[in-house]
Amino acid sequence: MTPRARMVGFLFAGAGFAALMFWGLVGLPDFGHYHWPYGNALNAIATPERHTTNVVGATVFDYRGLDTLGEEFILFASVVGVALLLRKDDQARVPPDVVRSDPIRALGVLGVLLLFVLGLWVVAFGIVTPGGGFQGGVALAGAFLLVYVVGGYRQYHELLPHSPLEMTEAAGAGAFAVLGFVGLAYAGAYLGNFLGIGNAGSLYSGGSIPLLNWATGIEVCAALLVLFSEFLKVYMVPAAEWTPEKGPR
Amino acid sequence: MSFLPYALAGWIFVVGLYGVVSSRNLIHLALCLTVMQSGTYVLLLAIGYRNGTTAPIFRPSRHPAVDPVVQALTLTDIVVSVTVIALILALALGAHKESGSVNPEEIADFTG
Amino acid sequence: MIPLQVVSIVLVGAGALAVVLQRDPLRQAIVNSVYALLLVVLFMIYQAPDVALSMLVVGSIAYPLVLMVAIMRVRDRGEETTDRTGR
Repeated sequence: MTPRARMVGFLFAGAGFAALMFWGLVGLPDFGHYHWPYGNALNAIATPERHTTNVVGATVFDYRGLDTLGEEFILFASVVGVALLLRKDDQARVPPDVVRSDPIRALGVLGVLLLFVLGLWVVAFGIVTPGGGFQGGVALAGAFLLVYVVGGYRQYHELLPHSPLEMTEAAGAGAFAVLGFVGLAYAGAYLGNFLGIGNAGSLYSGGSIPLLNWATGIEVCAALLVLFSEFLKVYMVPAAEWTPEKGPR
Repeated sequence: MSFLPYALAGWIFVVGLYGVVSSRNLIHLALCLTVMQSGTYVLLLAIGYRNGTTAPIFRPSRHPAVDPVVQALTLTDIVVSVTVIALILALALGAHKESGSVNPEEIADFTG
Repeated sequence: MIPLQVVSIVLVGAGALAVVLQRDPLRQAIVNSVYALLLVVLFMIYQAPDVALSMLVVGSIAYPLVLMVAIMRVRDRGEETTDRTGR
């Protein structure tokens, strides 16, 4: 099918689809007039029941915890798929990998420290203020990637070797499922609460939600770093095969 | 004028679909898929919004808030879709390795 | 609807069009990060700070990461990443 024929076909199909979609969207209630009971019920009972002031965090890890379990394993399966698809590619050139710029190194070290502390804070306080395992996990991964910017692939690979990273990711995903079973044993429901719920507004609150939070944060951080390593591992020349024309060490 | 947020969601989705259909590069196609996904996020959040209220973070005390369920669904989806796009890009890299091109039409003609 | 909502909605619509119309993957990755920033403003206007935080970290850390390494692997095999007309 030529591109022109495809575009003509899309014009007709796209116009029909857009008409149907707008007809469907017109049937929604007016913007701003939310009247369904589910949101009102959650806002009313989340803080008294689980002592978390972040209702979205409680929804993600407790009231809709099964959805989050599914999302975690989507993430895990995608990373496994990427690891299976990308094999060592002998045709690629090894790029020069020495960071020579002093401002980049100085500011990069500062950036690593700041982003690491910020990522830990976002994960830890996800039950009190906006944040949580998903957001903080990506921020932590960003901190480790800044190590790559500052020091090159060799320092990054020495800090985070490939096998422990993959095991950490699997441990994060498995910990989420195992914590669900602990909840089943103690509270009679999968992903039920099995710890004391503490005081709302402090770090000690929410029962087992902070544990699920940290499992998610560790898994998301390790998953992004594994993706990075998978795409780049072709550039890691083993020491036995290194010759000067393959680039700097 | 109160239809504008829903119209935005429809517009983003159709624009992304146009990008997917008319794409000549597999990486460009993956990014147009993410544009389509962002249209669904905008629609979900527009459904949950309530006039005159604020975020469902109850510090120091309770107040009228927007719907937290749609926010929970959206925020996990945003992070997980990154890895799904990485999987699509890995497939594109495999196709490029086999056929030497990232153009979907040239890959479709490639045999062997 | 207040003018801030209308302006941010129009900007997001224009940003989506800009991402799609940019054909070079490397430039499109940069435009995608700007589009993610516009979406962060829209999500804050919809009173969703968790979602805005999620889009912020993903649009500035995760998407450029995945896209840049993919573009680099395609380029380093010596092939072009745009088609021959350069559009």
